[in-house]
Amino acid sequence: MKRSTHLLLKTLTWIACVWPLGRLIWGAATNHLGADPTATITFATGSTTLNLLTISLALTPARRLIPELSWLVKFRRLVGLFAFFYATLHLATYVALYAGFDLHAMAADIAKRRFITMGLTAWLLLLPLAATSTTWAIRKMGGKRWNRLHKLVYLAAVCGVIHYWWQVKPGVLTPLSITITLALLLASRPVWSLWQKRLRNRNAVPTAAGG
Amino acid sequence: MLIGKRPDIPSSAITPKDQYLNRRRFLRGAVATGVAALGAERLAEVFSPRTGALAGTKLETVKSPLTTTGEELTSLEDITHYNNYYEFGVNKDEPAKNAGVLPTRPWTVRVEGKVKAPKTFDIEALLKLRPLEDRVYRHRCVEAWSMVIPWVGYSLSEFINQCEPLSTAKYVQFLSYYDKHVEKWASASTISWPYSEGLRMDEAMNPLALLTFGLYGEVLPNQDGAPIRIVVPWKYGFKSAKSIVAVRFLDKQPPTTWNDQAQSEYGFYSNVNPIVDHPRWSQKTERRIGKAFYAQRRTTLMFNGYGDQVASLYKGMDLKKYF
Repeated sequence: MKRSTHLLLKTLTWIACVWPLGRLIWGAATNHLGADPTATITFATGSTTLNLLTISLALTPARRLIPELSWLVKFRRLVGLFAFFYATLHLATYVALYAGFDLHAMAADIAKRRFITMGLTAWLLLLPLAATSTTWAIRKMGGKRWNRLHKLVYLAAVCGVIHYWWQVKPGVLTPLSITITLALLLASRPVWSLWQKRLRNRNAVPTAAGG
Repeated sequence: MLIGKRPDIPSSAITPKDQYLNRRRFLRGAVATGVAALGAERLAEVFSPRTGALAGTKLETVKSPLTTTGEELTSLEDITHYNNYYEFGVNKDEPAKNAGVLPTRPWTVRVEGKVKAPKTFDIEALLKLRPLEDRVYRHRCVEAWSMVIPWVGYSLSEFINQCEPLSTAKYVQFLSYYDKHVEKWASASTISWPYSEGLRMDEAMNPLALLTFGLYGEVLPNQDGAPIRIVVPWKYGFKSAKSIVAVRFLDKQPPTTWNDQAQSEYGFYSNVNPIVDHPRWSQKTERRIGKAFYAQRRTTLMFNGYGDQVASLYKGMDLKKYF
């Protein structure tokens, strides 16, 4: 890819990732966060986290299906880090606007409320991934170990979706579409491996010609 | 910092109803005379009205000693565009967009069960049964947000007396309008319709329980439960059934929608109670609608601040068990 194209795509990715936050800041400054601003901020940061996580998990299947898109992987780190950034904003919203920085209230919430426990778990799973996102960390850890650690993103995404389901009222189906998308993306991985294995086997052991 | 503050509006000035009325009149006039020079947004509103045909019609009202004082009213805009009315969509902004299709006339309310004789009341008769009172109530949603709403109606007890319930009637059930062809958004959740709510007879007879026809001095917008609903201000908002088509008097506690949906989360009583948490969040505090995000939190009051009038109903009851 040409350097200038790469720069342009990177800029566009940045703009797309900063956009949801920009909208919130603009809304706060102009009183356009809706009737319940706290809920608006919570929902926007939470759903952006899940959307960005989903996009980052879609990049590998996308380039497997269309090898011409393999350059997409260059943006995975950026998208992943933005997912962590929005997850942190989401957590900060809870700490500041719900718990009012009250440590006792937070401890009680984490112990008592499973959707909060699950959300915090998802954030804690993303934390080491964000911390080891630098090229230096990859080199230091070695590709294999780094890759294994970063498989945690699957677990984080699953925890994030469970957190969403546990937060909505029983019977409400809003988390369904992101759940199906993530399930397909996660399922595509073992399906791809199985398929590759079969292809390899077929190539390695040519079937005995009939008869 | 970029964060702006919502201007403080005195409650006397907060009522934009004149502007609402004027705009509506303007729109009607504009369409009638075929003036086509309307902005796209306004045109869209004409073809897909946010409120029913009668919503916004002025009601004749009298003052009430049971009104709540000392609270800043929530704006008409927020009361009518931040709604939980799942038959018209699960998102808060959907009822305002979709509830226009609710046919609020003709409208009757069926009365059945443990009564002297089953009856059907026409909405026009119910509107004239008693003088309509302006009653400001705090409204506390189980989701931990709150509003202050100037309702219009009269005590539910006045209506119940007309129903002539038998002494065996211990509970009263309210059923909301449901037609899956009209409320096609209702399938966005797994709730079984119609919406059902209920009160114990003594709760229903408490003068604070309001049979409601309007808000801000005008006919209820559809998304707020037109043409007739109840408002039970000391209970979480979902207890206040909207768009009522049937009232049943029963000797047993009726099944109610959210209680059926999740017994551990939504009790039959569902009195506002800061010391009984919802399993998924604390009920100690609430977010007042219409305030800036840093100014929304406030303490939730026992019985939503109506303990003087209603606490005696629950004397000797374990409100943690009967939440």
